[in-house]
Amino acid sequence: MSEREGHSPVIRMRGIQTRYGPHWVHQDLDLDVYRGDLLALVGGSGAGKTTLLRQMIDLQRPDAGSIELFGEPLQAGPRAERFARRRRAGVLFQQGALFSAFTVYDNIAFPLRECGGLHEDEILAMVMSRLELVQLKPQHAMLMPAQLSGGMIKRVALARALALEPELLLLDEPTAGLDPERSARFVELIRSLHEGLGLTVVFVTHDLDTLSALANRVAVLAEHRILATGSLEEVHAVDHPFINNFFRYRSAVGERDETEEAGS
Amino acid sequence: MKTRAHAEALSHAPPPSLAREGSRVVLRGDWCLFALRPRLLILRAQLRLQTQHLTEWDLSAVTRIDAFGALLLLRCWGKTEPASVIMSDIQRAAFDRIRNAAHQSLPHTPIDWLSPVRVVGEWVLGAASHLYDFTTMLGLVVLEVLRLVIEPRNIPFKEFSAALYKTGLRAMPISALVGFLIGVVLSYLSALQLRNFGAEALIINILGIGIIRELGPVLVSILVAGRSGSAITAQLGVMRVTEEIDALSAMGVSRHQRLVWPKVLALACAMPLLVAWTSLAALAGGMVCAQLLLDIEWAYFFSVLPNVVPIENLYIGLAKGAVFGTAIALIACHFGLRVKPNTESLSANTTASVVTAITSVILLDALFAMLTRGIGVPLR
Repeated sequence: MSEREGHSPVIRMRGIQTRYGPHWVHQDLDLDVYRGDLLALVGGSGAGKTTLLRQMIDLQRPDAGSIELFGEPLQAGPRAERFARRRRAGVLFQQGALFSAFTVYDNIAFPLRECGGLHEDEILAMVMSRLELVQLKPQHAMLMPAQLSGGMIKRVALARALALEPELLLLDEPTAGLDPERSARFVELIRSLHEGLGLTVVFVTHDLDTLSALANRVAVLAEHRILATGSLEEVHAVDHPFINNFFRYRSAVGERDETEEAGS
Repeated sequence: MKTRAHAEALSHAPPPSLAREGSRVVLRGDWCLFALRPRLLILRAQLRLQTQHLTEWDLSAVTRIDAFGALLLLRCWGKTEPASVIMSDIQRAAFDRIRNAAHQSLPHTPIDWLSPVRVVGEWVLGAASHLYDFTTMLGLVVLEVLRLVIEPRNIPFKEFSAALYKTGLRAMPISALVGFLIGVVLSYLSALQLRNFGAEALIINILGIGIIRELGPVLVSILVAGRSGSAITAQLGVMRVTEEIDALSAMGVSRHQRLVWPKVLALACAMPLLVAWTSLAALAGGMVCAQLLLDIEWAYFFSVLPNVVPIENLYIGLAKGAVFGTAIALIACHFGLRVKPNTESLSANTTASVVTAITSVILLDALFAMLTRGIGVPLR
């Protein structure tokens, strides 16, 4: 938002070590996320991207290492303080994780009601504005999650994640399972929210289109650590087998598109 | 060190406040939801006091404002916003995000006089749909049996054996324990009464007929309905939620052949065995207690039992077991297949499955008692 907050990291991870049984996922991993970032976490399947995302908001603890969220250690302070810190972040889970017993309206109203002290009229206004924000119509509010399509589930889940106007938004595979048009629209939506709300966004993706359309910074997770961070071009320029391999496909697609255009 | 200072600055941001300065209302501090919440009552009251149309509003001292903060002000201003509001573009954006929705209020739902009629109607239709689904499933399972007789190659032996192991063998410890303890209790209470009449030897008749004919089958059925019935419903329900049942259908595999049929058959086979096992445990419990309280030797108990309990009682008990087992499995599968893909439906159906199974078992037991009233009861 303001200039003085521009340089301190929103998330600061240092020396993260994680393992599942004998299998190391992260070793001595360092990562900083700054205010205003649209950071893409990319890496192969099973590289621990989602694990890293979960660790950022204390859904899972690393075996070693320190994590700071909004400049404070994740575990610091009494329970109420830890929970308040967590509420400043919104999360969009891969499958949406909507409460299937609640309507769309109640799903989005849930974090607001948890907050306490709000009038029903105010909750209504907040929910309706969130629906408008994610381009859903008011009549969708009374549907149950089971009645929604995949793209709508993502948008409702995003609306719920945005209910408290968080400063930080974590997205796990935001465009997975959406068709190219929907995924392009979803990317556009997140971009506009990022500008409008001054959000910091961290997202995990496998989709190179999403990556190039959304990210203003890229972090490549491979070999148990962050191989490179920077703009897409900077990361692309790094000479490493994994990165070359990962982006080779992208350039192949790009070239194919060009030849097709030339041919037609 | 810098980050720490920054964090301090954030957490010690001035709380939201509102003051009247001449003809102006000056807002200060952090007007975000979490900062507002502790002072919401006071701020609401203060906002209500402002005569909004005459005043000028100054938001330049507000450090942050989110959509909720904007909503509070918009609702205070009403439909006509004050002529002069001093705020930055970022603050204006927060107002824009909520402005369209700000004056909506909850729609009044008209009182529905017909709702009692509708409740009854829905209940009847629900019962009818249950009956329809259950009959359909029963028919399909029977057809499946015929199909398997023609093509025995398709008999799902693995599924059957897995179900037999899970619902039968794994239920043995708990049913033995419960049976033994019930046997002890029953024997103890009967012994106290019988001793008053000097009719100690009759305890063998009471325990024998009571346990073998009635208590064994019903006790096991209730245990199995709670244990395996709920498991079957939950398993099928989760398979429904995760689309596994659709995947089976897509591969051209009949769900009734592969999922329902083995479970029904397994319970129909396992239940008589469990009934025998539990009755045995209950008789053992009764025998131990009778020996301790009434000095009835185990050998005597064993030698008299066949004489006072006609063998028909055992057949009735085992038949009951098979029928109850079939009923429990069918009911559990019925509710499992009715689960809709959400958590609420899963839990509701599991509950309904267990309750219905236990109720039906007891109804069937009453039916059995009526049909077999002349069989196996020695009348002297």
